[in-house]
Amino acid sequence: MTLATTAALRFDRVDKTFKDGTTALVGADFAVAPGEFVSVVGPSGCGKSTLLRIASGLDAASAGQVHVGTDRLGYVFQDATLLPWRTVRANVELLAELHGLAKAERRRRSAEALELVGLTGFDKHMPHELSGGMRMRASLARSLTLSPELFLFDEPFGALDEITRERLNDELLSLFRLQRFAALFITHSVMEAVFLSTRVLVMSGRPGRILADIEIPFDYPREPSLRFTAQFAALCGEISGHLRGAQA
Amino acid sequence: MSTITEAEKVALTTVAPPRRRRPVRLWRVLPPIGVFALILAGWYSISYLVLDEARRFLLPPPHEIIDVGFLDQRNLQALLRGLWLTTEVALLGLAIAIVIGVSAAVLMSQANWLEVSVYPWVVILQTIPILALVPLIAQWTGFGFSSRLLVCVLIALFPIIANTLFGLQSADAGLRDLFRLHGAGRLTLLVKLMFPASLPAMFAGFRISAGLSVIGALVGDLFFKQGEPGLGILIDVYRARLQSEQMYAAVFLASLLGIAVFLFFGWLGRRVVGKWYQASRG
Repeated sequence: MTLATTAALRFDRVDKTFKDGTTALVGADFAVAPGEFVSVVGPSGCGKSTLLRIASGLDAASAGQVHVGTDRLGYVFQDATLLPWRTVRANVELLAELHGLAKAERRRRSAEALELVGLTGFDKHMPHELSGGMRMRASLARSLTLSPELFLFDEPFGALDEITRERLNDELLSLFRLQRFAALFITHSVMEAVFLSTRVLVMSGRPGRILADIEIPFDYPREPSLRFTAQFAALCGEISGHLRGAQA
Repeated sequence: MSTITEAEKVALTTVAPPRRRRPVRLWRVLPPIGVFALILAGWYSISYLVLDEARRFLLPPPHEIIDVGFLDQRNLQALLRGLWLTTEVALLGLAIAIVIGVSAAVLMSQANWLEVSVYPWVVILQTIPILALVPLIAQWTGFGFSSRLLVCVLIALFPIIANTLFGLQSADAGLRDLFRLHGAGRLTLLVKLMFPASLPAMFAGFRISAGLSVIGALVGDLFFKQGEPGLGILIDVYRARLQSEQMYAAVFLASLLGIAVFLFFGWLGRRVVGKWYQASRG
């Protein structure tokens, strides 16, 4: 398959067993093509986050191969993980700083990223002065400063209320259309997965296996009202069905 | 002497509760003043009603303490010189304890084997009653300034090491991952993440040790009665001479010094980390 050779991320039969003997992943085998948005849903504790940790190199696979087609990686955690003693701007500039970029360049990139996530004017605020949704935006902006080609999301909006979450979903999609990164997005919300993705992977309970790989046929841009169409509901139903099987 | 867990508990309770600035209200100020008045009244009634003239030296009335201890120029001079010397020992001892304590904690946070092998001994140093060591210290280092300093450092060291180490290890795991993901080395991780994250706990440690350093300076004084007299020596001398007004004045100054150092480090801690720490826990 030509797609596999140019993939932004490819897992070849990846297993992960931890030192204590628990098996988190068995035979994970999938690829994310450039410009593709792939979500992973599954019961909690099924090894979804392990998938991301292995993809990013934070953890090593026990067996199998992982190919990452780029060194420009974005990683958005469950929490905003901002440094509480830094202003929003200093936080957004952190990664550029770690990569040794010059100050003027950091400033330029942070201003651009803050504008992309709609936080212009909040650059001098401290993280605790922002709402949960705004903190998450700052976290996104921090990753955007490196213009990632592969974006890893670990349930980034899980702790937010539904209204904020849907708004951030809409905004994430416009970013996705603008920047055309490849994304691997972990979530436990089926609706969120269907709304965002080009494909949805369903994982089983521990040890995690990929049970289903479902194509989401909607074109981008996707309107918020897409969530209330019959076809959207049918896809959510199909995935929920797989999930019920996964938990049994 | 406290154990590890107590020190850490102190660290948590002294830093954690978010404090909001409220306008000073009458009902916040009046009760403590009322208690102060009650204490004074109780004091006077013991001085004048319970104790007869001959035994009044056990608890001289407050105004006589002020009269003799603070308004008499010669007594005041002696007390202030003692206060100065004790302050010098306490602050220098605290400064040395801070440098050693923070460095030790940083080193232990960088090398697990170091923590595993050294930390138990640090705990043991803390559980040894320092008072029992004082005669030994006298034998080794004499009766002068340096012995007083050593006692002071030994007493003040532990809370700083324990709190700083706890603080260094408290940095968020997600943030550690983020730094690692973007190729941050040990030094970067320490300087940009772990050290700033440890500041609230570190300052809680400084505050506890500030009080302890004053105790250390007084204890050193009481035991090494040579050289220029600090407050500890003065207290003992006044006690022996039954000059209880001066003795109470010296006790009062020593307490004031402890409170002042404690408040100073509380204030400094709020200046350094208050802007983000208390608010981010709120």
